[in-house]
Amino acid sequence: MATQHSRSAARLMMAPAVFVLLVWMLVPLCLTLWFSVMDYRPMRGTFDCCEGLGNYTRFVTSSSFQDAVVTTLMMVGGILLITVIGGILLALLLDQPIWGQGPVRILVIAPFFVMPTVSALVWKNMFMNPVNGLFAHLWRGLGMEPIDWLSQLPLFSIILIVAWMWLPFATLILLTSVQSMSSEQLEAAEMDGAGAFSRFFYMILPHMARAITVVILIQTIFLLSIFAEIFVTTGGAFGTRTLTYLVYQRVIESQNVGLGSAGGIIAVILANIVALVLMRIVGKNLDA
Amino acid sequence: MGRITLDKVRKAFGDVEVIPPLDLTIEDGEFVVFVGPSGCGKSTLLRLIAGLEDVSGGQIRIDGEDATMVPPAKRGLAMVFQSYALYPHMSVKKNIAFPMKMAGMPQDEQERRIASAAKALNLTDYLDRRPGQLSGGQRQRVAIGRAIVREPAAFLFDEPLSNLDAALRHGMRLEISELHERLTTTMVYVTHDQVEAMTMADKIVVLQAGVIEQVGSPLELYRAPLNKFVAGFIGSPKMNFLEGEEAAKRNAHTIGIRPEHLTMSTTEGAWRGTVGVAEHLGADTFLHIHPDSARSETMTIRVDGSVTARHGDVVWLSPQEENIHRFDETGLRIA
Repeated sequence: MATQHSRSAARLMMAPAVFVLLVWMLVPLCLTLWFSVMDYRPMRGTFDCCEGLGNYTRFVTSSSFQDAVVTTLMMVGGILLITVIGGILLALLLDQPIWGQGPVRILVIAPFFVMPTVSALVWKNMFMNPVNGLFAHLWRGLGMEPIDWLSQLPLFSIILIVAWMWLPFATLILLTSVQSMSSEQLEAAEMDGAGAFSRFFYMILPHMARAITVVILIQTIFLLSIFAEIFVTTGGAFGTRTLTYLVYQRVIESQNVGLGSAGGIIAVILANIVALVLMRIVGKNLDA
Repeated sequence: MGRITLDKVRKAFGDVEVIPPLDLTIEDGEFVVFVGPSGCGKSTLLRLIAGLEDVSGGQIRIDGEDATMVPPAKRGLAMVFQSYALYPHMSVKKNIAFPMKMAGMPQDEQERRIASAAKALNLTDYLDRRPGQLSGGQRQRVAIGRAIVREPAAFLFDEPLSNLDAALRHGMRLEISELHERLTTTMVYVTHDQVEAMTMADKIVVLQAGVIEQVGSPLELYRAPLNKFVAGFIGSPKMNFLEGEEAAKRNAHTIGIRPEHLTMSTTEGAWRGTVGVAEHLGADTFLHIHPDSARSETMTIRVDGSVTARHGDVVWLSPQEENIHRFDETGLRIA
């Protein structure tokens, strides 16, 4: 495999894939970069050259930008918090020998297979509807005034919906990590006088650190681009407008492609900064 | 103090009884070795003593007090595992300190004990390393260090040397024996290697299928094995067993004769045979002899390293009559 000949053959065979990937990524990126410096509003028929950085300054200085950044961070942070903590607890629970382990594990993974649009609609109409929703019935059953989830607690509701979807993913990865824990280590800790909580915090949690960072990294990348869940529930109203959603509004609702493209590029830069920071933190964990 | 008494201790996993009711007393300060083939229940027995498995019946007493239901941490025993079970994310120092930290020991006392354990085990230079950066022997010593600092009533070793190479194993064997001399704490040691058992033990417990076959000092077991199993298990190379005519001549069903208690001659003797494989160890040579009559498949004899016997040579073997072990139909020793 390592000979000169086989290496150049391998390169030759990989070339088409690499080429497709490059085109796939570079063409949209270049187009977005190009549009972001244009005054491009298709409905008005304007496609004028050379706004310069005007689109960028307009996007960043608008009041909705800062709100969107804060909303995005709160949403991603909230979902990460629920999925990681919930995932750890579920993984510990599923690691216990129980009757019907196989079916239970498959059921736990199930939410991940539901399409985001579908799950958000199901939550919106079946659970969170203030008149007919299950929660409303539950609240009334307990003698309380039902909550209108999506207008009273819009951000929290979306966090709940998305966390429900991503919890299985976190659980699955964390479960494999729990299962790879050496039982002799836990027994040694038990003999050393560590109680259940000490064993969790000194043995199991450090063992899971790597898996936890992987979960955080992967989820962050995907969660920064949440769209469908917001679109079908609040439509960006009530302070649930994330950066992704703001870009969408600029391009589709305001029909300002130039401004939207500038926002898109800013979102890419911000996401990369977040990813870099995470990689730095994770990097330490992955080395050990 | 570390006197451990097992009183009719029984262990079953579901319907399978791995240890039928069993009695055993381990005296304070003794070095006791549990030895037996794989799956004989020796590790399970150790884990019962440690409290890592619940007994299915009977009582375990440590220093006279009932410890059957006492959780492992409260029994005052320290265990060294086969895989060492070091905590990979902690430095050597933190590994050794862990049991003391869990016990809430004052910091300066912890430091003092770590320093003395590290000095005793030659780990002073490695205290800041992680277990992953240590060699097998060093990891073993960290595991022992973690046990020592607790100043336990007894040490439990679960096949601690089986992951080491032959040279290191010999060295660690000496170190553990040395440690026992120095600390004079009770040690219970599980192994499947009868050489480890013979060289280290004050008292050997031979187990088979969860049943104690014999308890005694290494030389008692070597000189007077109670049955065929112990006779075959203790001693290396294995004892030769003969049945039939030769045994009947000596009023036994089976006779056993150790390789070192046979003499060889090229001219005359009791049994004639041809030399098969010869294992030259330098000082000694083990010859595998195929006897002419089918008394036994092959017989092993231990001769001086200077003897030059080759494959296919015809030789005569004679037993030393006073060193023949006699067994009846059920495999029990005939006195």
